[in-house]
Amino acid sequence: MDSELILKGVYFSYDSQWCLEGIDFELKKGETVGMIGPNGSGKSTLLKIMDGILKIQKGEILLRNKPISSYRRGDIARQIAMVPQEATFRFPFSVFEVVLMGRFPHLGLFPFEGKEDLEIAHQSMRLTGTLDLARRSIHELSGGEKQRVLIARALTQRAQIILLDEPTSFLDIRHKVEIFELISSLTQAQGLSVIIVSHDISLAAQYCHRMLLLNRGSVYKTGEPDEVITADNISTVYQCPVLVDKNPISNTPRITVLSKKGEGKKEMV
Amino acid sequence: MTGNKDQGVTPLKVITIGFILSGILIGIILVSLSLGPARISLIDVLTWATGYRSVDQTAWMILFKIRLPRILLAGLVGFTLSIGGVVFQALLRNPLADPFILGVSSGAAVGAIIGIVFGLGFSLGVPLLSFMGALFTILLVMGISSRHGGLESSTLLLTGVIVNAFFTAVIMFFIATTSDSRLHSMLFWLYGDLSQTRYVQLSISLPLILIVSCIIYVFSRHLNLIVGGEESAIQMGVEVELLKWVSFLGISLITGIVISFSGIIGFVGLIVPHLMRMVLGPDHRLLIPASALGGASFLIAADTVARIILSPSELPVGVITAFLGAPFFIYLLKARGSQWTQS
Repeated sequence: MDSELILKGVYFSYDSQWCLEGIDFELKKGETVGMIGPNGSGKSTLLKIMDGILKIQKGEILLRNKPISSYRRGDIARQIAMVPQEATFRFPFSVFEVVLMGRFPHLGLFPFEGKEDLEIAHQSMRLTGTLDLARRSIHELSGGEKQRVLIARALTQRAQIILLDEPTSFLDIRHKVEIFELISSLTQAQGLSVIIVSHDISLAAQYCHRMLLLNRGSVYKTGEPDEVITADNISTVYQCPVLVDKNPISNTPRITVLSKKGEGKKEMV
Repeated sequence: MTGNKDQGVTPLKVITIGFILSGILIGIILVSLSLGPARISLIDVLTWATGYRSVDQTAWMILFKIRLPRILLAGLVGFTLSIGGVVFQALLRNPLADPFILGVSSGAAVGAIIGIVFGLGFSLGVPLLSFMGALFTILLVMGISSRHGGLESSTLLLTGVIVNAFFTAVIMFFIATTSDSRLHSMLFWLYGDLSQTRYVQLSISLPLILIVSCIIYVFSRHLNLIVGGEESAIQMGVEVELLKWVSFLGISLITGIVISFSGIIGFVGLIVPHLMRMVLGPDHRLLIPASALGGASFLIAADTVARIILSPSELPVGVITAFLGAPFFIYLLKARGSQWTQS
């Protein structure tokens, strides 16, 4: 299978301490990878490095077999789209205007979108179910709607790689599932490669082909959900005892957090 | 899908609104030309132009040597300050930003006041010193704020505020130690005064302002993205550092030029962008030309009022813009404050 993105021995630091140490990783075409790990383990930093926003001190990042440092910003934006955890729009742009912004890296000096750009934006909105929101102001949307609009914007960018930074962290369970369903249907339909950072380990395991478990700036384990999400791995990395069993429907690993309080409650009942 | 809003901003929409606002601008220029202590009507001008009646030399002088250059400079100042306001509000993601926020105005003021103290003329001497003051301030503020070739917006803002405060103290010093007629000149300069306009000032500033405005307009799409945060703009393909250097430097330059001729005219760069954004939406491809034309109309109207309200004596135009601007801005803050802070 083709590799979209390869990281070889990547080191990065903001100041004196290594924030990421010796990261090796490969994103293959068409796969969805779930990136998990405790707060401060370097997930968001790693995502920004993969997007070429942060410059690494050691190692190598290859985007389609060429060093990412050899690309210009606009070239990277045509290959990689990022969906942030949250986005602020200081002024009341309409949903359609926001989605259309995804065409930015495809336009030249003439600052207006053409017919094709509008068509692509409409298509992205159809795929994400945001067409009804087109005229609304981005400020009026709920968390789940806004997240879908951001995904529509990423699709409008027509990049083959989509990086999502905790897209579900502010959403309720129904909207979490909706986002994961949407991403998995998009990857299948469009052959996109996706990396999704998430704290919803069990949910990510249901939808991702592979998992990447980060611990203190290093890759602790990578592989299929079954190999990565074990009671041992999760308990050690998150420093929190968990029980891992199988989701009875999807047969993917499912975690249950064990706590003394929880046990106490059971005894009381 | 039909309807304008679904297509966002199209070239047709920009051109249409540009035409409407240009029409308003021309109308205001014509009205302003015919207003003043000497009664000259537009019909007079038309009859001269057609050769129907012989030209009245005095009236001709008043119209084309006194009123017209002043009107044109007022338009140019309003044009420049309004573009500056739009761009700075976007770059700093701060609705309270205006083109003076990086301290350009106080630097220019120190230059101008030094010029006045030394008794230099108002057509070129004072403006030259004033522009040098503005340029020095821009380079100082941007120099202090740049780190590893990058400009950090909050550092830039803070540096601007501090440099501003320092130069204000310098201005106060000069005002406190001057007592003769030069004091009156200083105060008029500080409140913005267009009565000293000459054509030569227009011919110096117009080409530069047009060039910088065109460059800024090429970046109007980029400004739409940077409003949503620098990192997200970088991610979507914007060369953010380049954009910031070009915009901050370009806007400060043309702002420095116009205020060196006009003095400090407040509120234009703050209010016009907000008004236009309320009416036309936040897309900079429309907002920049609309604010430029709207700002020109607004300042010509304000200066006309400043000329005639206490006729035969005059008010500094900055007094009028502040009279109109401050209450309007308080209204905006009350009515729309929540919209700015919302994500």
